[in-house]
Amino acid sequence: MSWPLFFAQLLNGFQLGVLLFLLSAGLTLVLGIMNFVNLAHGSLYMMGAYFAAATFGATGSFLAAAVVAIPATLLLGLFLERLVLARLYARDHLYQVLATFGLILIMNEVVRGVWGQAPIFMNVPDALSSTVNLFGLPYPSYRFAIIVVGLLVGAALYLVIHRTRVGMLIRAGASDAPMVAALGVNIKLVNAMVFGVGAGLAGVAGLVAAPILSVQPGMGEPILILTLVVIVTGGVGSIRGAFYGALIVGIVDTIGRAFLPTLLREIFERSVAQAAGPAIASMLIYLLMATVLAVRPQGLFPVKHG
Amino acid sequence: MIQTRKFMALAGSIACLTATFALAQTPIKIGFMTTLSGQAGTLGQDQYDGFMLAVEQNDGKLGGVPVQILKEDDQFKPDVATQIVQKLIEKENVPIITGIAGSNVMMAVYKPITEKQVFLIGSNAGPSPIAGAQCSPYFFAASWQNDGYAEVMGKYAADKGYKKIVMIAPNYQAGKDALTGFKRFYKGDVADEIYTPLNQPDFSAEISQIAAAKPDAVYAFFPGSLGVNFVRQYQQAGLLKTLPLLTSGVVDSTTLPALKETALGVIGGQFWGPDTDNPVSKSFVDAFEKKYNRIPSNFAAQGYDSALLLDAAIAKVKGNVGDKKAFEAALKAGTTKSVRGTLKFNNNHFPINDWYVFAVANDAKGRVSLKTVAMPLKDHKDAYFAQCTMQ
Repeated sequence: MSWPLFFAQLLNGFQLGVLLFLLSAGLTLVLGIMNFVNLAHGSLYMMGAYFAAATFGATGSFLAAAVVAIPATLLLGLFLERLVLARLYARDHLYQVLATFGLILIMNEVVRGVWGQAPIFMNVPDALSSTVNLFGLPYPSYRFAIIVVGLLVGAALYLVIHRTRVGMLIRAGASDAPMVAALGVNIKLVNAMVFGVGAGLAGVAGLVAAPILSVQPGMGEPILILTLVVIVTGGVGSIRGAFYGALIVGIVDTIGRAFLPTLLREIFERSVAQAAGPAIASMLIYLLMATVLAVRPQGLFPVKHG
Repeated sequence: MIQTRKFMALAGSIACLTATFALAQTPIKIGFMTTLSGQAGTLGQDQYDGFMLAVEQNDGKLGGVPVQILKEDDQFKPDVATQIVQKLIEKENVPIITGIAGSNVMMAVYKPITEKQVFLIGSNAGPSPIAGAQCSPYFFAASWQNDGYAEVMGKYAADKGYKKIVMIAPNYQAGKDALTGFKRFYKGDVADEIYTPLNQPDFSAEISQIAAAKPDAVYAFFPGSLGVNFVRQYQQAGLLKTLPLLTSGVVDSTTLPALKETALGVIGGQFWGPDTDNPVSKSFVDAFEKKYNRIPSNFAAQGYDSALLLDAAIAKVKGNVGDKKAFEAALKAGTTKSVRGTLKFNNNHFPINDWYVFAVANDAKGRVSLKTVAMPLKDHKDAYFAQCTMQ
């Protein structure tokens, strides 16, 4: 194993983590503060990707795609929150799961109807289409850009949540929502805002993922599972948990995939290693989650109460 | 009383007579089952559009006999497909079923169809068991055996003199088959074989690994959207300029609209491409583009070829598909009117194909399409026909 390769893989893991963070930040707040199970979060990510790719297709500009996709996803999130989800806050989790699962199916069919079944095209911006030489290995500059965007969003969220009045309310809501409401805060408004921002972040994730991954119906479901793993690992309702959880999951997943098959080949026969390597590597993050649940059920970085 | 009975008997026989008479007039029912929804839906749609194009060009007839096409969506699910097949055979009494996108579906419905002595004209999936020991007189592949597009890439890599190759595919049967098919013709050094989970969309880790291994070329098998992801990420990593990318199932007219110029230079292997040079193929491409306003994929060509094969065979038996021996012989004879020039069958009822190598390039109209660059395998027979006991 060479150090440049290890470093490149670490960056790959970091980049996946950052993408997962963009998704899990919004979802963890919705889960933590509103105690609401929103399975349709992955679909918002898909819609963000579609908005971005469609705008890119029409204008050829990545900037225009960003300007359209992020607010559009945010508005879609708010619209769904008002239309469907707000009615279910007081209901049992099962209703929420059913309703949001229905939303997944509806949104998949909508994009299939509008854009067709085949993946649609989106490219990286010209300025980021080159590669950076990383100790002899080429590394796409676009992926560096994703890392930067993710870190900026993380920093901004940290400032908002820990340094502003709104952030204080959100933190209070995460700890004890009924008490916050009893103090006269319009918790409905806070809820809608949190949901909208979460949807907007899903839109950002969709936008940055669109040039890397194929934009197509159902692209939100696999990543939703990873996002839930992140949230459970990091601790429900905690932005800090989502951030570190996402990075841990991203890095464990990537490093496992990259080096476990090679490592196994040192121990076992080639054919055995080839069969077992990818299988074990893809289980790693779930093993991690199971361990965390067994040892620290509240997650690695839970919300601090009191 | 006796009078009445006689009358009834007479009426009955007249009814029988009219029924046989009506049967000669009624169209031949053909079940078209493929995957029309979900991930593989584009592929199935192309199969269907290609097939229907030929039917429409013949004014709704095949072999001079009117045909009624029963379109069914198997959703890529073997259990759903089995139920559809049962309905088509028991209720609709179809003598012919065609389509079938997925090998998983094919393996589930192959026996139920052929054991009922219903003719199955596969227009995509060609898994190895049915090309070998499980071959059947009632099955014909108007497509190709699954290993073909991997074998042609292996031969091309050998012809090119590549010494060191990294191979990558999803960790499931078709992925392993592709790498095996490639190695049947490529005997050089394999620096690494990478298998990825089937649902993994991001290949950053694998691409870094490939770059670090510094091979002469890369061989990749990724169907559908996985291929879109892989090619984009490979191109973004700057490898497309320095490291030839040989692929199977990655670049075709179903994925190129999502890849566009990012795929320029990617190499792929198929039995047919939009620029394949013969009169039938050219008129097919023109007609398809005019009707559907997109470049036909090989799946569309396979659908079209299935219809052409049925057209020739039904004409040969003058519409009497009930004579199974004669119809089998008619199908076995193939057809000289095919997008591949001539469609001729091996003993296992799989075609003997020429296999081409294509590069993604701009076509005459400036669209991103496939351009023929080589034909490494001529009159190629699959690797399994010897295991088939049919003559």
